[in-house]
Amino acid sequence: MSKTLLRALSSAAVLAVTATSAFAIECIAPANPGGGWDFTCRQVGKIMYDIGQVADPVQVTNLAGAGGGLAFSTVVNERNSDPDLMVAASSATTTRLAQNAFGGATADQVRFVGAIGADPGVIVVAADSPYQSLGDLVDAIKADPGSVAFAGGSAVGGFDHLKPLQVLKAAGFDDITKVRYIGVDGGADAITQTVGGFTQAMTGDMSEIVGFIPTGDIRVLAVMTDERVPGFEDIPTAKEQGFDVRAVNWRGMYVPKDISDERFQKWAVMLQAVAESAEWQQAMADNGLAPFTLVGDEFQAWVDGVVAETEALSREIGVIQ
Amino acid sequence: MADLLANLSLGFGIALSPYTLLLAIIGCFIGTIVGALPGLGPANGVAIMIPITFSMGLDATGALILLTAIYYGAMYGGRISSILLNIPGDEPAMMTTLDGYPMAKAGRAGDALVISGFASFVGAFLATLGLAVLAPALSRIAYEFGPAEYFALYLLAFCTLGGIASNNQAKAALASCLGIGIAMIGLDPNSGLPRMTGGNLHLYDGIDFLVAIVGLFAVSEVFFFIESKGKSGAAGIKLRGRVTVPWAEIWTTRWTMIRCSVVGFIAGVLPGAGASLGSFMTYMMEKSIAGEKGKFGTGVAKGIAAPEVGNNAAAGGALVPMLTLGVPGSGTTAVLLAVLVTLNITPGPTLFVERPDVVWSLIASLLIANFVLLAMNVPMVKVFVKVLEVPPAILMPGVTMVSFVGIYSLTGSYFDLLLVVLFGVLGYVLRKLDIPTVPVILGILLGSKMEKQLRDAMVLSDGDWTYLFSSTISSVLIVAAIVGFILPIFLRGRIRKPQRISD
Repeated sequence: MSKTLLRALSSAAVLAVTATSAFAIECIAPANPGGGWDFTCRQVGKIMYDIGQVADPVQVTNLAGAGGGLAFSTVVNERNSDPDLMVAASSATTTRLAQNAFGGATADQVRFVGAIGADPGVIVVAADSPYQSLGDLVDAIKADPGSVAFAGGSAVGGFDHLKPLQVLKAAGFDDITKVRYIGVDGGADAITQTVGGFTQAMTGDMSEIVGFIPTGDIRVLAVMTDERVPGFEDIPTAKEQGFDVRAVNWRGMYVPKDISDERFQKWAVMLQAVAESAEWQQAMADNGLAPFTLVGDEFQAWVDGVVAETEALSREIGVIQ
Repeated sequence: MADLLANLSLGFGIALSPYTLLLAIIGCFIGTIVGALPGLGPANGVAIMIPITFSMGLDATGALILLTAIYYGAMYGGRISSILLNIPGDEPAMMTTLDGYPMAKAGRAGDALVISGFASFVGAFLATLGLAVLAPALSRIAYEFGPAEYFALYLLAFCTLGGIASNNQAKAALASCLGIGIAMIGLDPNSGLPRMTGGNLHLYDGIDFLVAIVGLFAVSEVFFFIESKGKSGAAGIKLRGRVTVPWAEIWTTRWTMIRCSVVGFIAGVLPGAGASLGSFMTYMMEKSIAGEKGKFGTGVAKGIAAPEVGNNAAAGGALVPMLTLGVPGSGTTAVLLAVLVTLNITPGPTLFVERPDVVWSLIASLLIANFVLLAMNVPMVKVFVKVLEVPPAILMPGVTMVSFVGIYSLTGSYFDLLLVVLFGVLGYVLRKLDIPTVPVILGILLGSKMEKQLRDAMVLSDGDWTYLFSSTISSVLIVAAIVGFILPIFLRGRIRKPQRISD
């Protein structure tokens, strides 16, 4: 009987090991299953296989640690020329790189190959809040910076924190270190805190609030895209309310630095094909993502700009020296 | 009521197909094993199974049934190694070691497993019913808990730690402070800057409590075993006679089970509290209700039933905020939430209305899984008891080796293995000094959450400490915490502490 158990134990161990064994193309999700990076890897990997861009199913590996820093350093130090490796990335990746949160790693140690969708930034208040528009909220903060506390799903200095600061900067309010922010466990938690009245506003991504819109518990003050988001046409943009801000949490990939240029271009073509597929369009619609396709060298250039901008803002709020 | 029955029949209609039944049985079996292995908890078990689920091409309902069956199975399975080896299979099963192991050592391993298996069933069953009946209404509770309230809740947990697992409050307090200290390692929750990491990226996420559990319990046990030159050690338990169901003893725990189901369920419903807090609170509650005569810590039925009911009820309760708000109530539900999102199901207030097929087939399959697990864990309990007949010299290193594989498979880094050994040394030293190790784990588990809530409260109030008393809920919890900490100190002279804890 002890043999049975030992066999069961060893088969469990084998299961654990096979779950991480490699196939042809590997996508590293730098976080545990769940959340944006895991979603990106699984969806993109599945669609690449379904539409015939790759011959074998894409193997998704979860390599969680240091908010993506562990995966980043693994790629840079150990797999810097692996042509069959892509890593899920998002605005959080570039924000942390810009803030030197990856233990000295910098954005130019990998190649950002493409974004294929974006989760628009939103600012939300409870339905019974006195603030009817983004302008009301900004005016209140200008009058008394302590009167509004934001809750968001990222740590202090993270992308959710930077979003309202960008709006306030655009409104000419410079004393941004006075703005209160708490980072909680994800967008849904941030909404709970806001609806519960513990914080006055929630800053997050569109996908985090779609489930709450039909309940009538919240009011979306603004979405931070250039145009209103398809499917959510009644939500005004920050831009049309007079705040020239674009903040989208893009979803995309980076690849190792030392792959050939041909390989880099091939990745770009593959991602473009995924972006155009009907499956991806559906996945985006289901998850509150807005179209945002930028691949190859063009994307790399855009990322460089975003990193520089984030670095400047972070320096100002004192997240980095 | 008619609604509920109609919904349940919809759910059972989907869940009772032979295919989904098979999935539930497979899930329960894998879950029980994963739970029983130190180093692999429910969250990891579910996470490891996700890729397999996707490669099987399961639909949303099938995937959910498989994964939640693993979840419930792991909650059951965690108790097995707690009772037989004094090594918790996962963190919610930690409290089960306190009475489960002494009972097993007294030659009643079979009884301990049956009682705890039955208790797991009651807790999980009542919690699943609670989930079916109360979920939409209970989701509002989360809106009542802000940083101040959560801080008060964790404070209550820590302040009542003193009486746990040790006759010496100071040593328990020291151990929990040690745990809180270890919890400080990693990224500062408010600024995102690394603290006490020495620049090591592996430490940025802090120290996983599974690493600590395996080190403090399993590895230190091996050290003790070596020290005694193989003569003693955890596995020196003899099973006498055949395994029977101690009905009379189970019956004496009926009120314990009902009380603990309610408390555990509520602990689960609160996002962020989770199963560990559930089993901890129920054990402490029953210990204080039973008083000195209850002989908690010496291997009594109530001491085994309470934490098992508590953690299984909390497992069910944790599904409430996950399904109704999209806020995970525990590590495992965070993983399940991720699965839902990947399957294009958006958890949230509208899930019950928009996807009744998913919700009710999930609830139905949880009920089914529960009966499967009862069958696996009570009549088949002999299978697990037989483990004890493996000579300790093989069993102890074997368990340790499997835990090492489990830990390695989580992070794929040797660094965690080094940490496990370090924690093993720490555990050995602590136990030599008669300092309990359970509060260390609780400190690691809850310390960082408590810190985060306190600091959020301070940000919101601009550093005004009276904010912590700004609501009735937080005030009541804080007063209870202070009383819970101070009272035993004054009572110490008056009450005798007869029991000695065999660790």
